[in-house]
Amino acid sequence: MTTVLSSRLGQVARAGDGSADIVCDKQSVAGSVSQRACTFCGSRVVLYPIADALHLVHGPIGCAVYTWDIRGALSSGPELHRLSFSTDLRERHVVFGGEGRLEDSLMELIERHHPSAAFVYVTCIVGVIGDDVEAVSRKVSERTGIPVIPVQSEGFQGSKRQGYDAACEALLRLIGTGSTEGIGKHSVNLLGDFNLAGEIWIIQEYLKRMGVEVVANLTGDGRVADISRAHGAALNLVQCSGSTTQLAKDMQKKYGIPFQKVSYFGLDDMAGALYGIAEHFKDPEMLARTRDLVAEEISQVLPVVEACRKDLEGKRAAIYVGGAFKAISLVKALRLLGMKTALVGSQTGNAEDYRYLRDLCDPGTIIVDDSNPSELSTFLAEEKCDLFVGGVKERPLAYKLGVAFCDHNHERKLPLEGFLGMANFAREVHASVCSPVWQFAPRFQSANPVEV
Amino acid sequence: MLDHTPTQVVERSALRINPANTCQPIGAMYAALGIHRCLPYSHGSQGCCSYHRSHLTRHFKDPVMAATSSFTEGASVFGGQPNLLQGLSTVFTTYKPDVVAVNTTCLSETIGDDIPQIVGQAQTDGIIPDGKYVIHANTPSYAGTHVTGFSNMCVAMAKYFAKPIETKPKATDKPWVNIVPGWVEPSDMREIRRITEALGMKATLFPDTAGVLDSPQTGHFEMYPSGGVTIEELQNLGRAQATLALGQWASREAAIEVENRAYVPREVLDLPIGIGATDRFLECLRFRGGVIPKSIEEERGRLVDFIVDTQQHFYNKKVAIAGDPDQVIALTEFCRDLGMIPVHVLTGNQGKAFTRKVTQVLGDKAAGTHIEQKGDMFLLHQLIKNEPVDLLLGNTYGKYIARAEDLPFVRVGWPILDRVGHSYLTTVGYTGAIQLGSKMLDALLDRRDRDAADPKFELVL
Repeated sequence: MTTVLSSRLGQVARAGDGSADIVCDKQSVAGSVSQRACTFCGSRVVLYPIADALHLVHGPIGCAVYTWDIRGALSSGPELHRLSFSTDLRERHVVFGGEGRLEDSLMELIERHHPSAAFVYVTCIVGVIGDDVEAVSRKVSERTGIPVIPVQSEGFQGSKRQGYDAACEALLRLIGTGSTEGIGKHSVNLLGDFNLAGEIWIIQEYLKRMGVEVVANLTGDGRVADISRAHGAALNLVQCSGSTTQLAKDMQKKYGIPFQKVSYFGLDDMAGALYGIAEHFKDPEMLARTRDLVAEEISQVLPVVEACRKDLEGKRAAIYVGGAFKAISLVKALRLLGMKTALVGSQTGNAEDYRYLRDLCDPGTIIVDDSNPSELSTFLAEEKCDLFVGGVKERPLAYKLGVAFCDHNHERKLPLEGFLGMANFAREVHASVCSPVWQFAPRFQSANPVEV
Repeated sequence: MLDHTPTQVVERSALRINPANTCQPIGAMYAALGIHRCLPYSHGSQGCCSYHRSHLTRHFKDPVMAATSSFTEGASVFGGQPNLLQGLSTVFTTYKPDVVAVNTTCLSETIGDDIPQIVGQAQTDGIIPDGKYVIHANTPSYAGTHVTGFSNMCVAMAKYFAKPIETKPKATDKPWVNIVPGWVEPSDMREIRRITEALGMKATLFPDTAGVLDSPQTGHFEMYPSGGVTIEELQNLGRAQATLALGQWASREAAIEVENRAYVPREVLDLPIGIGATDRFLECLRFRGGVIPKSIEEERGRLVDFIVDTQQHFYNKKVAIAGDPDQVIALTEFCRDLGMIPVHVLTGNQGKAFTRKVTQVLGDKAAGTHIEQKGDMFLLHQLIKNEPVDLLLGNTYGKYIARAEDLPFVRVGWPILDRVGHSYLTTVGYTGAIQLGSKMLDALLDRRDRDAADPKFELVL
């Protein structure tokens, strides 16, 4: 097996080797070419899809620019979330403080755009200079009559995961402020779905057909008013476990709402999620409707999967994504396509996720937490992978090695959730793995290209 | 999405909306990638490094390597020295670069980390192997822009390596110039070198991202692709007859640094985008001993032929130009030379020098032009709403305005996140001017075709 950074040894394992739990949720080693981002990034990606809220980044310009409309979190109505607002702190604010600038910015923006709420993201520098964002937010909220919510997301607090927690805290301040009147008993909130490529719309349509009411989307295509009454829902569905499990737990504690962890990727998990919901509501008619729905949808998707599988059978895949729950679904989805997962990893998985992955994957599959380019490229070459499923920074890495690629993160333009999503995934994987370009592209030219 | 933009422009005291620039560290990272076997290093939180790598990856569609100090809460209180020492140790034992180029972030600047002192400590502790280098640039995100950061890292290259060298080239040697090419595409850097060498000259380009960020598909991942200016070349900057800085904002400071340290005279030119600026670049090379070959004269002739063939389409067309100051200035001149009217000219950088320079470029046409320094895309949109244009030139973020106002749009500058090919095609030199000019022409004529009523929809234009 490839040598990995000595300090990272505990973060790499193989399925079936019976060793101790994988080490995770620790800071990347200083000096590593980490694929990870920061706390600010975590909170920004979770909250930003709330489309009728103002999202103001309190900090230097960069933090706002790098998170400006990069995620494709679609909205069916307002698109305020797609604009980039920054207090653009300059040297003098670092010296004298940026509270006045923050207040002025909030007032001006709220007056112009009449948002339903405002989120103020606290960046590294604001944490260090000590602006009292809480006090400014309270003041502006009193003056404007809308919730102004600080998000304590100083980048140095840690990795993306800490940012998810900050986002959940911010959401909790909004939840419970609205009226729950008129919410039916078969009602859910969708947690941890960001409506990339319109995915949440697919799920909503399934739920509608089942007879389930969606109270609030957290946060894809989200609206402030819906979120404020989310505590009236009967069940929380947690899709991106990394980002919103904490919120579900908190809502359970505070409002007694049970939650289910679900995944909408792949046929098994998608069907499992819907059946789980129907069973929760213990409504035989709903269960029957769900059965019909699943049967109908799968019958439409299976021919596509079968057609792609013919070419993909026996090919090898590597997965390196943000959240571990997504990785788990991907292993299953790839299996459906006849592909073997040779490597699977995530940026933010926890011990439980990795235990599950070890049980799920075939013996010998490499499992990694918080990997880096050298490690990934060495594994890709050693394992002779035909496909890499990852995010923006991994794409060119795969291509240089002559490995096909499927984006499962920001750059995704086709929905991969739902039954229909499985067909899209199959087509996308097929398109890349079977692209005519690979006949011209050299692959794995050096068995050991990088010493780690 | 831009429905919210009001037409009336009011003074904003505190706010950026849809920025036209970003922060220093990413510029430093791009410049550092133009050193051979260099690993850029971001001294701050993980996110900065991750964002810069993602953003550069989206533009270049190539792997962008950089390491980070991975600051924690502890570092933000007690200082980042342990992180940088650990980081350098990790970098040299794991990734084995020849050079590490450290850039600071707003956080490490504010807590006051003294990079030379920490690097000195690393030297004492034996963390930096013999023959390897650590250079640094201070790049606080709350001052300047990404262009400033690029400039600062170019200065660092000169500061750390340039030294006086007595032995200048002999009369029989090829004339030798240093060129600071500015924030342009890898392909542009390659083109600048091609032109210079076509004049029989030797050129040291720093930085030089050709071969680093447009590397070929080879079947293996190279941590350090073959391109980039080498340390040896940087140590020999003092041997050249002159340092040509292409662009006042991105390149001038580095040329001054070489002059101060190695006594090589500097010359500050515009980016050679368009015919006039390329003429001046070549004239300067000729003055430094280059001989313009027939092939380059022919390239110029072909460009003139292109302009002659197309001038009626450009005549009096209104254009808005936004981006980095060096590009915007050069593009403004090119548009003027094509017979267009630059109506709005905007940069995110701060500085009255920009306004002065654009005014000078426009000459008698300047009075009718809105020239904005320290602007943002929200302001540009407002300006365009008030005075519409026929064409918008700018980076990817211009697409929102182009859509909202239904404008022909040509992507030029940095970043371009939604198209591929810009890092292979050139905008500099005579050939680049034809490529850029024909993109602009296509945009204008596609619009004409699209809008033409059936009887006026013609085969030949």
